[in-house]
Amino acid sequence: MDLPDRTLQSSIALTRFGLGARPGEIAEVSRDPAGWLQAQIRTSGAPQPQGTFHSSLQRIDDLAAYRDAAQAGRRLQTQTPDTMAGTSVPPNPGGRDQTPAVETATPAQQAFDARQGERRQLIQDTAQEFLARTRLACTTGEGFAERWALFWSNTLTVSATKFQSAVFIGQYEREAIRPHVFGPFADLLLAAEQHPAMLLYLDQAQSIGPNSQAGRRRAAGLNENLARESLELHSVGAQAGYTQADVTELARALTGWSVEGQGGRPSQRAALAERGADMRRQRPGAGRAGTLDQPGRHGFVFRPALHEPGARTLMGRRYPQAGSSQGEAMLRDLASHPQTARRLAHRLAVHFVSDEPPAALVSALEAAWLSSGGRLDAVARALITAPEAWSATPEKIKTPYEFLTSTHRALGTAPQRPQGLQQPLMTMGQPAFSPPSPEGWPDMAADWAGPDAMVKRLEWASGVADNARGAREPVQIAQAALGGRLGERSLTAIARAESRPEALTLFLMSPEFQRR
Amino acid sequence: MNRHSPLQGSALDRRRVLAGLGLSGAGLGGLSLTFAGHAQALVSSNRPKLVVILARGAMDGLSVTAPYADEDYRRLRGSLALSAPADPDGSLELEAGFGLHPALSGLHSLYGQGQLRFAPAVAIPTRIRSHFDAQDMLETGGERLRQSDTGWLNRALGSINGRGLSIGAQTPLILRGNTETSSWAPGGRIGGEERIANLLQDLYVDDRLLATGLARGLETEALARAMNDSREAGPRRLEAAPLGSAVARLMTGETGADVVALSIEGWDTHARQVAQLQTRLSQLDQLIAGLRQGLGSEWSRTIIIVATEFGRTARINGTQGTDHGTASTLLLAGGALKRGGPIGGWPGLSDAALFEGRDLAPTLDVRSIFKSVLRDHLGVDRRALHDLVFPESANEAPLLTGLV
Repeated sequence: MDLPDRTLQSSIALTRFGLGARPGEIAEVSRDPAGWLQAQIRTSGAPQPQGTFHSSLQRIDDLAAYRDAAQAGRRLQTQTPDTMAGTSVPPNPGGRDQTPAVETATPAQQAFDARQGERRQLIQDTAQEFLARTRLACTTGEGFAERWALFWSNTLTVSATKFQSAVFIGQYEREAIRPHVFGPFADLLLAAEQHPAMLLYLDQAQSIGPNSQAGRRRAAGLNENLARESLELHSVGAQAGYTQADVTELARALTGWSVEGQGGRPSQRAALAERGADMRRQRPGAGRAGTLDQPGRHGFVFRPALHEPGARTLMGRRYPQAGSSQGEAMLRDLASHPQTARRLAHRLAVHFVSDEPPAALVSALEAAWLSSGGRLDAVARALITAPEAWSATPEKIKTPYEFLTSTHRALGTAPQRPQGLQQPLMTMGQPAFSPPSPEGWPDMAADWAGPDAMVKRLEWASGVADNARGAREPVQIAQAALGGRLGERSLTAIARAESRPEALTLFLMSPEFQRR
Repeated sequence: MNRHSPLQGSALDRRRVLAGLGLSGAGLGGLSLTFAGHAQALVSSNRPKLVVILARGAMDGLSVTAPYADEDYRRLRGSLALSAPADPDGSLELEAGFGLHPALSGLHSLYGQGQLRFAPAVAIPTRIRSHFDAQDMLETGGERLRQSDTGWLNRALGSINGRGLSIGAQTPLILRGNTETSSWAPGGRIGGEERIANLLQDLYVDDRLLATGLARGLETEALARAMNDSREAGPRRLEAAPLGSAVARLMTGETGADVVALSIEGWDTHARQVAQLQTRLSQLDQLIAGLRQGLGSEWSRTIIIVATEFGRTARINGTQGTDHGTASTLLLAGGALKRGGPIGGWPGLSDAALFEGRDLAPTLDVRSIFKSVLRDHLGVDRRALHDLVFPESANEAPLLTGLV
């Protein structure tokens, strides 16, 4: 298969591999489209959103403060049940003063307000994370690295539909995903599964080995959620032939994987971390499953007291390790399983190229995966050098997030406030950070071109077009955004439009801009 | 003439206007008669009213006021030519050999009362055929492209401390600028929606997925709307006459708007022009009827300007339509108008008379009419007109007399 000419290659590189072209980018990149892509593959990972954000450890404190406020509120409510009605009269020491007193909140109300305040703050912080991440998508000169990172974030989904994971979701992408997207997949997988966002999203933090110290004391048990999704969605996939017994074995091995501060006070952390550092020096988990919690990175903690003791067997292989290294060994093996390579190679090809990707492309990705031992930089190189990935026909339809960010890129703008993002994304069917299930956002073209979705896109596009300012002509904007991908029919329609807003709407809704 | 103090900006912002009107969403029902009442007390409502209707997309003047008596008209226009008033289904008799489009029967009855006048061959000062650039010029009032980023109507308002109101979610360029104006969005566009949908269906002709998605979505939308309409009192779709009345009510009372700008889209009739114009012109006719009805006694102090960015080719094209041209018709309506004949000359449609051999040539700078209305109707003074509202226009666009 021949590659298209340089300019068209540049358009494809920017729109299909990247997140859309900003003004001038197509011309710049056309000097060396392949080189532009290559340069973004860095073992240090994908670029980070700009801003000052809390780390997971700080978020654990934030969450603990919220829980404290909630608890305080509950205590006060049980003490003074009538305050719920808000009718209690503040004490009036003057006695005779009949001036209406400024209503003072009762302690219970104050506690309620404090709790709501903490909760609002937590949510606002996540909204700011989303804004920063979207601004990065709208402005980055490394659109391929960004799309690549977003792909992995969606493959190893966590969702803000659950409050606890919503608290950590920005941290998740920054701490677990971005640093590892061009490294070994096993590192990425482990970082993801050990991150508080994932441990809380898939209920791992509350899974207890029935024969662990804690399990023997109380009637608590396994939660298989993370184990099942690790197999089904994060690695080998349901077709790999594992059984329920395998799921249970992995779930047992993962017991004890938890999040710092769950039950403990954050003030204890410093002491714990110190002790943890000591323990690491003594090779934790190797032979001695101590009773002390072992802190890891980003708020991960291994709690030996919750861990199901004993050797485990997963997909025919025996894992004699004790402690957290047992689950880690299992996940590493899952990461390097050939079925994982096959499944994720296919998923990549579907995301980047086509709902029904050419077999040659999938094979090339799979081969790169296997021969590199699951190195994602090697897989990324295989993707961008596969001729099938450069076909001139754009087969994928942008997700609402991609539509929104590529619109900003085309107009040379960036969102300024979270609200302006969340509403349109919700309306168009992709609410911020909130995929509907652990499967992540759907990734087939038809999933995003439903009747209502199309009308909502049109409405949003015409709103954007009405508000667009600037001297550039719509035809110039369209050409700068699509380059050689802009077809004659759309070009004519844009040029003939009877007003600027109409022209911009037609451009944004053109098949060339809706697809990639 | 009574003057009033400038409004505090916040008094007329859209949110409060909407709140004051008891409007939620797009319904037109329940409009109250005035603005929210935050404006400072104003004694008189005996103030002149001006409505500027922008026909976006290049309105075909040769179909609005058809020069049926021009010997070249029928030859150039072929099947698009309107027939003489005497003929069956003919145009509506004006004067000097012009006939009004039959869809404008309401305007024709105004004509009979001396409340409609027309300028058959006006244009903006620069010859351009891009909608965007031409609309910019029409609205900024400049001599050159991108001379200004404020609108002439806003600058005029500033010089008389008038209250401006735009209809639609976004303030159009003509009313943008330093003087605070208000806006009211009835939720939708006039004429634009279906047009965009049709254009997109053309773009999606080879893309089944997008085509079916959009088509089905719009069907559902229309269905939902129809159901809403039957339940709610007010029209959710932009019916022109109720819109006109609704706008009129925002102009009446002690704190009503003095100047209103609104747009009708969908005049870019490259193909199948006859049917499109029938729809658009009916809307225009009903809109003005609605305004007149809603304005009541204020009608006698009102002038409505209907202007477009440029005209269309003198010749019919190959798709039963016309392409971008130069001069077009401007309409003036309203009770404050002085009776009189056509404004500006008629250049004729002979090959020699056509601009660049293809377009109706302009005989009058559109700014001359704007300026004359601003001076004689709103009382904008001459110096402000020449220096501020339409800078450097004194020679190119002289003031006319006898309009108001």
